[in-house]
Amino acid sequence: MSNKIKTFRPILTCIFALLLCLNSSFANDNNDGAVAEPTHEEKFKPTEVIFEHISDSHDWHFWGEHEHAVSLPLPVIIYSDKGFDIFLSSAFHHGTHPYHGKYTYILKNDHIKVVDETEVVDDAATSKIIDFSITKNVASMFISVAIILSLFLSMAGAYKKNGIAAPKGKQSFLEPLVMFVRDEIARPNIGAKADKFLPFLLTIFFFIWINNLLGLLPIGANLTGNIAVTLTLALITFIVVNVNGNASYWKHILMPPVPWWLYPIMIPVELIGIFSKPFALMVRLFANITAGHIVVISLVSLIFIFKSMAIAPVSVAFALFIDVLELLVAFLQAFIFTMLTALFIGSAIEEHHHDDAHAEGAHAKHH
Amino acid sequence: MELVTPGIGLVFWTSIVFAILFVLLAKFAWKPILGAIKEREQSIEDALASAEKAKEEMKTLLSNNERILTEARAERDELLKDARDIREKMIAEAKGLATKESERLLQAARENIQNEKMAAITELKNQVAVLSIEIAEKILKSELSSDEKQKSLVNNLLQDVNLN
Repeated sequence: MSNKIKTFRPILTCIFALLLCLNSSFANDNNDGAVAEPTHEEKFKPTEVIFEHISDSHDWHFWGEHEHAVSLPLPVIIYSDKGFDIFLSSAFHHGTHPYHGKYTYILKNDHIKVVDETEVVDDAATSKIIDFSITKNVASMFISVAIILSLFLSMAGAYKKNGIAAPKGKQSFLEPLVMFVRDEIARPNIGAKADKFLPFLLTIFFFIWINNLLGLLPIGANLTGNIAVTLTLALITFIVVNVNGNASYWKHILMPPVPWWLYPIMIPVELIGIFSKPFALMVRLFANITAGHIVVISLVSLIFIFKSMAIAPVSVAFALFIDVLELLVAFLQAFIFTMLTALFIGSAIEEHHHDDAHAEGAHAKHH
Repeated sequence: MELVTPGIGLVFWTSIVFAILFVLLAKFAWKPILGAIKEREQSIEDALASAEKAKEEMKTLLSNNERILTEARAERDELLKDARDIREKMIAEAKGLATKESERLLQAARENIQNEKMAAITELKNQVAVLSIEIAEKILKSELSSDEKQKSLVNNLLQDVNLN
């Protein structure tokens, strides 16, 4: 497994290095600009653009800037000690106006803040509200769910209609993927009880994959590159793995097969292992998808940074290359997430003898 | 830092949406799809197994045919051999019979000839005897026609007796 992560490490390193360069260089630029041309409004700030694209938003932004922006307003749902406030994000007029509900809210950097009468942010009150808004990511998730449901419900309908006949149309495209998850992910890693976990693995695989692909669309949301989403998915895996963990799994954690005096070290290590596995899942998906988006936007931003059309062909060529790579990554990350989930489930429900398992482990390490 | 701070709203919606998606898909999509795939695999497996069985049966059938054919051929050969044997036996028998018959005929002929010969010999003997008697009669008649001759005969005979 670590081999796969290692394969992506160079790419990730490059991406973060690039990001850091951009960050620092434009931070300098901004400072210089601020000193030299304090009134210049049109200064291009790539970090802002990048972060706007990879962050969640209360508007589904299509084009245009600030007051001239064309965007789809989304519902804002805020829960506070005074109850729910539900309104459309267009009430903020792209962050220029406050909204007077049970509190007075403003939209600042796409975050909803509570302000007092003088329009000064009230941090104490802000910390008390919970934002349950249908943000761009949530809306995108609804769309993805609609797509997934329509795909698979119609596929299921085709099976009801055609019975066990050879697959046709949509079936013949989706069936190999379903079979792939079953035969290459679930069964090799889980074994005999694989079919019990198959619905979960299939759901998680297609949810991640479809959302990865939707994120690649020009106005798509960076859903699977959002830490909250990957956190939730990793949390679900964590729950599924540990709820299904059998006696030998827990015994391995609480009574590791080492001399008793090593228990003070080993038990904490094993306990950390329970959490580090889903944590790695969370970070891997988040970092891979976000990094891809950052690279594409950075490449396009080059045109505006150099303020030259001559750079456009280079940017477009590179962006196209990265986009095609991202198509692969979209599938690969869905695969890795599902595969590791299957692996964790497999190790949690496996009935094994400790001595054998460790002998094999030690053996493998020597190679 | 903002990038790695999960928003509670999104966690909430993701949980809800994923749970609903899972329930719906599990009940209305994965169950029929996986069921149909399994059923199809089972039917393919069965079809393959029955094809294998049919092949096996065909093989036994073929080998049966082969066996029957071989048997038939063997039987034919046997029949032919028998026929040949019978023919040869018949010929031999016929030959034997013919030989015997001819031998018998020859024997009969030979016997016949012998009989005829014997009869002829007997006849001849009888003729000779008759002739001899007749001759003897005539000689006796002539010998005994005169007394002298009778005397000389008696003398002759007596001489012979003395010699004995």
